[in-house]
Amino acid sequence: MATKHRAAPFLGILLSGSLLLTACGGGGESEEPAANELYKNPVTLTWWHNASQDGPGKTYWTKVAKDFSAAHPTVTIEIEAIETNQLQRTRLPAALLTSDPPDIFQAWGGGEIREQVEADYLKDITDQVKTEVANIGSASEIWQVDGKQYGLPFRMGIEGIWYNKDMFAQAGIAAPPTTFDELNDAVTKLKAINVVPIALGAGDKWPAAHWWYNFALRACSVDVLKKASIDLTFDDPCFVKAGDDLKTFIGTDPFQKNFIATPGQNDPTSANGLLANGKAAMELMGDWNKGTLETVAQDPAKLTKFLGWFPVPAISGSAGDPKAALGGGDGYACAKNAPAECVEFLKYIVSPEVQKAYAQTGVGLPVAKGAESGVEDPALKSILDATSSATYVQLWLDTAYGSTVGNAMNDAIVAIFAGKGSPQQVVDAMKSAARK
Amino acid sequence: MTSTQHLAGGATASPARPVYRGSGRAAETRRKWYEIIGLTTPAIAVYVMFVLVPMGFAVYYSLYRWRGVGPPTQFVGFDNYVLAFQDPIFIDALRNNAIIVVGSLLVQGPIALGVALLLNRRFRGRTVFRLLVFVPYVLAEVTVGIMWKLILTDGGTVDALLKSLGLGSLTQAWLADLDVVIWTLLFVLTWKYVGFAIILLLAGLSNVPAELTEAAAIDGAGWWQVQRHITLPLLGPTIRIWMFLSIIGSLQVFDVIWVTSVPAVRSLGASGTMATYMVDNGFFARLWGYGNAVAVILFVISFVAALLFQRFLLRRDIEGAITRRVG
Repeated sequence: MATKHRAAPFLGILLSGSLLLTACGGGGESEEPAANELYKNPVTLTWWHNASQDGPGKTYWTKVAKDFSAAHPTVTIEIEAIETNQLQRTRLPAALLTSDPPDIFQAWGGGEIREQVEADYLKDITDQVKTEVANIGSASEIWQVDGKQYGLPFRMGIEGIWYNKDMFAQAGIAAPPTTFDELNDAVTKLKAINVVPIALGAGDKWPAAHWWYNFALRACSVDVLKKASIDLTFDDPCFVKAGDDLKTFIGTDPFQKNFIATPGQNDPTSANGLLANGKAAMELMGDWNKGTLETVAQDPAKLTKFLGWFPVPAISGSAGDPKAALGGGDGYACAKNAPAECVEFLKYIVSPEVQKAYAQTGVGLPVAKGAESGVEDPALKSILDATSSATYVQLWLDTAYGSTVGNAMNDAIVAIFAGKGSPQQVVDAMKSAARK
Repeated sequence: MTSTQHLAGGATASPARPVYRGSGRAAETRRKWYEIIGLTTPAIAVYVMFVLVPMGFAVYYSLYRWRGVGPPTQFVGFDNYVLAFQDPIFIDALRNNAIIVVGSLLVQGPIALGVALLLNRRFRGRTVFRLLVFVPYVLAEVTVGIMWKLILTDGGTVDALLKSLGLGSLTQAWLADLDVVIWTLLFVLTWKYVGFAIILLLAGLSNVPAELTEAAAIDGAGWWQVQRHITLPLLGPTIRIWMFLSIIGSLQVFDVIWVTSVPAVRSLGASGTMATYMVDNGFFARLWGYGNAVAVILFVISFVAALLFQRFLLRRDIEGAITRRVG
């Protein structure tokens, strides 16, 4: 069969070969000037972000870098835009092992930033960014470890259900569901008009896992959730209940056929494609979804007209806070030995004016107060309102618990969707991964 | 041994070289060693740097519990290897690899042989046919993966084709049904790589001397008899080499599986191979030490398979080239 099988050994080598860099990486150019010498010596900041596809996001970051260099001529910024998974899973971990990592780079927060801090990779910026943290508010906590600030978000939003208003009207659903009973009712009505009620990209695992996260958010108290993120203990029975509730929900058959092989986004056969092209009525997805739906929509103008958003419904009588929401964001952090200008640039990125213009690109929701007026799309506006009125925002569980537990958890949840796993197995998988 | 001494002597004696010129074997041997060293050093350096050293590192890292954050410090011995063989998904990956190894041999072999024998006859448009047969192999793996993913999707081309033929009952969730997906992938792999087997066999066929087949024909042998008693035996070495390449390729197969089959189906053990399992766990679950252990297991299995195959099946074909010193 295969003779062109270079990839497998190559990847094996990559796993170890990239680590060779540890030994080979020479001394960097980061001779750190004292803080009082800010902007005195010429410095070059390398910036790794994940807006790798041509579009408003990538264009905007280029402009931000240019504007900053114009205001501070001693600072040159070299951008490298890398696709998210590559950046986060291979390039950054490998670069951080060397003595010459990028100065400012994408940081997801949560479990990942905790590991990076423990390895002493990141610059403690607590004292320099007090104003910014105060302006951003509780969202900045995700980039904190033990009370110290190591990064700042530039985008943050909660997830909810994106839906087709026309289909809802057609099925006779008067208002977006606010409880799961109403959601089940809506599912029945949508089936009656022969529409796939909910599109699910289980093929990519995380879109399916997010349903479990939401059931966990409803089943567990905020204290339990907070503790789980720090200690990685999942003994509370609410984590099993989340799986039970999910199983019951899957039992109502709300998703399209063969969802286990449906990708999440980025292609016409994905769950995004189903919603964007009028083949399904709902999809659970994060605040970035507007942009990704547009890329797969045959008729983006029509999409904008029928697209609506509502928060994940509450479950009556459950232990969780009904006003709590799941969310996440993107931030940047500075490498430990990055020049002091790095922090200044980070502060610039999250300043209200820059954030407002970011919001106007429609790429994501801003985090800084004073940037809200940049959000123009009505669906995005409703997310912004819901985000600010949420009593507690729980970071995506796979990010909060780190890649290892996150991956094991997602796999076990997917098994439930495939009819193979059990609620108890999810918790067992999380516990055993925490020891791996 | 003597040659090494010559070598050492040669290095110091080189200014005096003209004196010895033409004086016989010593200079000749020395020159030979200069050539050998000069010509192989770059290749050996690259091989050591990019094959042996990373392999050594892989073994080293595989003995640590290491998440790729900071240098590896937590030595765990062979725990990672034990963990791998305890993980049912890894066992599933081994099974899937076995299906692909055996399936590729059993399906591609006969097809390739038949097509090669047909294409070896003279007929109009033979060149075009040969070219077409080879096209899938030339396509990039990722292109092939995406193409088949779209063709095999629910209500995609394959389903539509079956329905239009009145075979609607045969439509399957080709890539979603956990019991079907590995066979679907085997089909895609066969489609992709059978062209390579055919080209290899055609090359082998062109080496079968025409005199032999002509002589047989004169003696009254029919086409089938000629193929059975002359062509096939002479094709033996080519077939064995193809089997060898196919087995190693099947053990290490990655890209087509990675692209065609979604992460969820892989994580359920239905379609993953050792190589995809390695990347899923090494990078996506961020278990770098564990990922390296899987890489080493994959290497050892491929290496042992290669050695066994060479020992028992390729022995005659490579005799002299590898197994014995050539005078």
